[in-house]
Amino acid sequence: MIWKGTMLMNKYIITCFIFALALKGMAQANIAPAGKQKKKTIVMGAKLHLGTGKVIEIGYLIFDEGKITGVGDATVARIDISSMEVITANGKHVYPGFISPVTNLGLSEFEAVKATLDFTEIGNFNPHIRSLIAYNTDSKVPATVRSNGVLMAQITPQGGIISGSSSVVQLDAWNWEDAAIKKDNAMHMTWPAAPRAGTGGSRAQLNTDALKERTQRSISELEQLFSEAKAYAEIPKPETSNPRLAAMRHLFDGKQKLFITANAEKDILAAVNFAKKYGIVPVIKGGDEAHLITGFLKENNIAIIIKQPHSLPSNNDDDVNLPYKRAGILANAGINVVISIDDYWQQRNLPFMAGTAAAWGVDREKALQMISLNTARILGIDQSAGSLEIGKDATFFISAGDALDMKTNKVETAFIQGRNINLDNLHKQLDRKFSDKYNSGKK
Amino acid sequence: MKRTLLSFILVFFAVSSFAQQTFPVNGSYDIRQGLYAFTNANIVVNASQTIKNGTLLIKGQLIHAAGAGITVPKGYVVIDLKGKFIYPSLIDPFTAYGVPETPGTAGGPRQSIFTSTKQGAYGWNEAIRPETHVNTLFTSDSKKADELRKAGFGSVNVVNRNGIARGTSAAVSLSGERENNSMLNPKSAANYSFNKGTSQNDYPSSLMGSIALLRQTYYDAAWYGKQKEEYNISLEEFNAQQNIPQLFEADGWQNILRADKIAKEFGKQYIIKSNGDEYQRVDAVKATGASLIIPLDFTKAYDIADTVEARNISLAQMKAWEMAPANPAALEKAGIRFSLTAFGLDNVKDFWPNIRTAILYGLSEKQALMAITEIPAAMIGIAGKTGSLEKGKLANFIITSDSLFKKDNVIEENWVQGKRFILDKNDKKEQKDSLNKVIAKAEAAKAPAIGELIYPFTAFGNRTSLKQETVLLKNATVWTNEKEGVLENTDVLLENGKIKSVGKNLSAGNAKIIDATGKHITAGLIDEHSHIAGTGGINEGSQSNSAEVRIADVINSEDVSIYRQLAGGVTTSQILHGSANPIGGQSQLIKLRWGKLPEELKFAGADGFIKFALGENVKQSNFGTGARFPVTRMGVEQTFVDDFTRAKEYKAAISKKGNNVRRDLELDAIAEILDNKRFITCHSYVQSEINMLMHVADSIGFKINTFTHILEGYKMADKMKARGINASTFSDWWAYKMEVAEAIPYNGKIMHNVGVTTAFNSDDAEMARRLNQEAGKAVLYGDVPEEDALKFVSLNPAKMLHIDDKVGSIKVGKDADVVIWSDHPLSIYTKAEKTFVDGIAYWDIERDAELRKAQAAERAGLIKKMQDNKKPGDKTQRPQSDRPRIYHCETIEDYAAELNDLERNHAHE
Repeated sequence: MIWKGTMLMNKYIITCFIFALALKGMAQANIAPAGKQKKKTIVMGAKLHLGTGKVIEIGYLIFDEGKITGVGDATVARIDISSMEVITANGKHVYPGFISPVTNLGLSEFEAVKATLDFTEIGNFNPHIRSLIAYNTDSKVPATVRSNGVLMAQITPQGGIISGSSSVVQLDAWNWEDAAIKKDNAMHMTWPAAPRAGTGGSRAQLNTDALKERTQRSISELEQLFSEAKAYAEIPKPETSNPRLAAMRHLFDGKQKLFITANAEKDILAAVNFAKKYGIVPVIKGGDEAHLITGFLKENNIAIIIKQPHSLPSNNDDDVNLPYKRAGILANAGINVVISIDDYWQQRNLPFMAGTAAAWGVDREKALQMISLNTARILGIDQSAGSLEIGKDATFFISAGDALDMKTNKVETAFIQGRNINLDNLHKQLDRKFSDKYNSGKK
Repeated sequence: MKRTLLSFILVFFAVSSFAQQTFPVNGSYDIRQGLYAFTNANIVVNASQTIKNGTLLIKGQLIHAAGAGITVPKGYVVIDLKGKFIYPSLIDPFTAYGVPETPGTAGGPRQSIFTSTKQGAYGWNEAIRPETHVNTLFTSDSKKADELRKAGFGSVNVVNRNGIARGTSAAVSLSGERENNSMLNPKSAANYSFNKGTSQNDYPSSLMGSIALLRQTYYDAAWYGKQKEEYNISLEEFNAQQNIPQLFEADGWQNILRADKIAKEFGKQYIIKSNGDEYQRVDAVKATGASLIIPLDFTKAYDIADTVEARNISLAQMKAWEMAPANPAALEKAGIRFSLTAFGLDNVKDFWPNIRTAILYGLSEKQALMAITEIPAAMIGIAGKTGSLEKGKLANFIITSDSLFKKDNVIEENWVQGKRFILDKNDKKEQKDSLNKVIAKAEAAKAPAIGELIYPFTAFGNRTSLKQETVLLKNATVWTNEKEGVLENTDVLLENGKIKSVGKNLSAGNAKIIDATGKHITAGLIDEHSHIAGTGGINEGSQSNSAEVRIADVINSEDVSIYRQLAGGVTTSQILHGSANPIGGQSQLIKLRWGKLPEELKFAGADGFIKFALGENVKQSNFGTGARFPVTRMGVEQTFVDDFTRAKEYKAAISKKGNNVRRDLELDAIAEILDNKRFITCHSYVQSEINMLMHVADSIGFKINTFTHILEGYKMADKMKARGINASTFSDWWAYKMEVAEAIPYNGKIMHNVGVTTAFNSDDAEMARRLNQEAGKAVLYGDVPEEDALKFVSLNPAKMLHIDDKVGSIKVGKDADVVIWSDHPLSIYTKAEKTFVDGIAYWDIERDAELRKAQAAERAGLIKKMQDNKKPGDKTQRPQSDRPRIYHCETIEDYAAELNDLERNHAHE
């Protein structure tokens, strides 16, 4: 290859490690989680996208016992690699594992099959509901997602006004216990918003006043609940225990974050001001109209998890490309932006959501941050994930090309906490099964 | 109480000036002479003749004479009208006066009622009810009659607004007399609409279903007249009412065009009651030749006190508010014959302020008068009786203090069939107050300024139609999709809507030069599976076979999705029926000619296609009552076998008996498939059903053109290849239903490698904006060569749609449907900068920026205008977001329920 580092470092290479791609011949869709990292490893020669906004054009990345122990410029560094496994990645790209925020991945297998749906509990106020225990590590979906570089996800319940707590997991585990990176990291709430009338297909709608009244009633109930929960949190041992109030305890000491779904300008303002009353800085999910109140959001240090850029404008008259541009508009106004994508099975397209943001007004490395370090920060896992920095988990992948572009996203190797994971999945298996059928037919 | 008393007083004057011959009388007869002379009046005989200082004689319920210098005979009660005016009473050609209001359909889930529940020898579908006759239902309604008379009306047409074929309306007077005497024309018109009304039958659920049902009814009625096997009251009545005026209630100019198309197909000319938006496409409306009945319920101003809410009002809504009052003037200017109706107004009292508003906006007084007298009289067949003040006609007239449309004029008396109704002081005051509102608005007598029309009438519409230009695209990377492959530093010349030449250093001549250095040019993208630009539902899933419905009937040119997809490089889309039933409807191929009329969007000369479907949707796994056959894949097979078998028998019967065979539009469509004149696009998922349909096709002898979705096509690719069947699939969708458990993103690649012509489609208004990226996923999943991947969304769909001789590649002579991309066309980072269809740049990223700026300014101006015009007590409406309707394969819409909702919402404002 053309890079100078090779010349510099060649003499240190003692063992030549030939790296094999994903294991072949898996008969089952369930692919075994990888074992622990056995040997200190170095990835050499790749372009490192650190996730911090910085890039090292020709870099090295060393990791040991599941943690990153070295990152740097391979063209100037001198490292003794005699004890390491060496992965040569000249001309390739290394990224921190992407993180899917607010997803029902693993809580659902087939959207149309009720028996497989485990993400919406009945009732409006369910702070005691926990997603983690329903996260299905045997789902066939996560393996398809990590094949495109998404290695972690925030498994999130939905429905009602308070849906419950999410947890952050890594996508290569035997069971949910193993998968958990951060348990109950955030409480999820949907701001009661009066549905906008006349959106077509409406049927026997309540009139606007009745809708507004219903919304106001929900907000009053929320206020009551939060006030009581805050008071409850102050009692060390309540006489009568209340699982709902107890579940909200850590919202008030900052150990658990509050994520509020709100889209309209008014609703975002109301949601933020509501949380402020209880000393909480919420994260806003949705944010359709967040670009109209960037001053307010910045002032209050509010991060926004935007909906997938691949969505339609919400109003007829909106700039047709507004959903593509939204991340850029917010980021350029100084807002901390995280990108999400709907539908558990679509999570593999998360990288391309960042790519879209990059095409429409954000620097590529900044766009990358919106699915890595920014996400880690709002999920509260930035101590261990989200970027290629020393001390963090060795959760990253090597792609043959730019991973934010579908044309070049080719994830060849991926590590989760230093474990070299199997990148096979159901789809690759079926591809092989039937491609082989036709190929053997030819012969 | 007060109200009842008032009406009592009003009718006090004339007990009876004419007798009902057949009715017995309890007590002594009290028949008055009914002889009145109105002297010294300005008698407006009709819109073009006024008698100054004239005398009007009436005798009983008739006008005896009208003229100047008439001597009043003895025995007449003389009423001196010095300085006053007499006009013919007004006629409303479209009311629901005196018939029960039609309850809206209940809505909710389908009932699975497949045929009529009506007792008796009627037709199969409850929405076809020509046996309904208003003359048998009508009862005078004194309260409503009073309201109408106060506004000056003397007679009205009564329509029973229920059903698609609604039966006959009746013209009645507002005399308040027994129905026997107030009936002016018991069968004034045969009535129609697209709304199935109270019909409990599932069919039709969509607008295209309504259209198909009406069309089939015309054929059935024609057949009925010639046969002897069946007695059918509905069809008999339908035939019996073909020679009276045909009145169609449509809503909006697009439905005027739709109704007119049916009329022309069957040699009819409808009178069309529309909704007042005709100004948006007045030329197209005029071209129908139809006479119209136009409401005066102008769009109310929006409540804009809350500026945040005001953002939800669309430009189209605001422009409609500004421009609707000028609609009657626009129609007059265009020379369209029309009547006005009070129908749709919150209150009949608003009729006068609104008609004067229309005059303020340019409607001539003469035309206004004709539109409320002579023209409606002629439309409903009572011109011989009323509508002008001539001898022998009914004594239906109003006495006004001044010239009818003048500022201070009030209607003082309204005489109906010689019966006098005097309006009291309160009534007069109300009249004046309401008129003052209008007058306050018009400080100057000048017509208020209104904005310009845009095409289409929605955001991103253009004021003038975009021009086809001769354009030289210079120095680009050109993806030809031909054997030349990708050409660097190449020019493309577009002329007369075609690709004129492709090569290096082409001479520009007169062409406009666009420097495309560093950019990429591809053929316009083609979406094989789309549901945009349709209206009134894209599924007629109420029967397992709805081959008779046609997407062609419901193309909506105003859908913003057209513009949004142009912005993603799409130039041609196949608009498909949904997948709710095994045999869906006929498809329509369109080009995305933003701003053109629905008919102009259609891809000329293209083959006809039809949608079939298999799997969970057609067996209604996730919706419906489960009562409609089929509910298993086994039943789906038999549906096809049965339908094709019947179609074969139908063909055989026609070849033997010709026109004596009942024309069946459903079987016609299937027969076309058998004759290789119509081609199948079949929605399909799992391999068993794909295999099944191929076997059914083989055994019956028809061809499958395309499997769409075809997510397990990779399991059947060799069999498809052997039969020359095309595949149009998703790039990477799965897991949303059980039948996509084994859908894989390598599907496209495998089929392509086996040799099946493969495309990626959208079935989604969002994804269609980035089909190029979906093609990019063929590179990601399976390393399809880039040029081949691009063909998945351009040349290959063109091939399967049989239009690859016209579009799909950059080749001299093909249509100038090309896209200029900022970057590699399959890359996430690329943007469509310009999208040409027929050499017209319907999308231009720079023009778009300007347009948005200008339209934001126009919005701001309109909001200010609403603020400035707002007077205390004005009625406003709440901002309602005007989001476009997004359809998917599975969208089930109840068109009638939507119409009823609209009407209800409107009434509740």
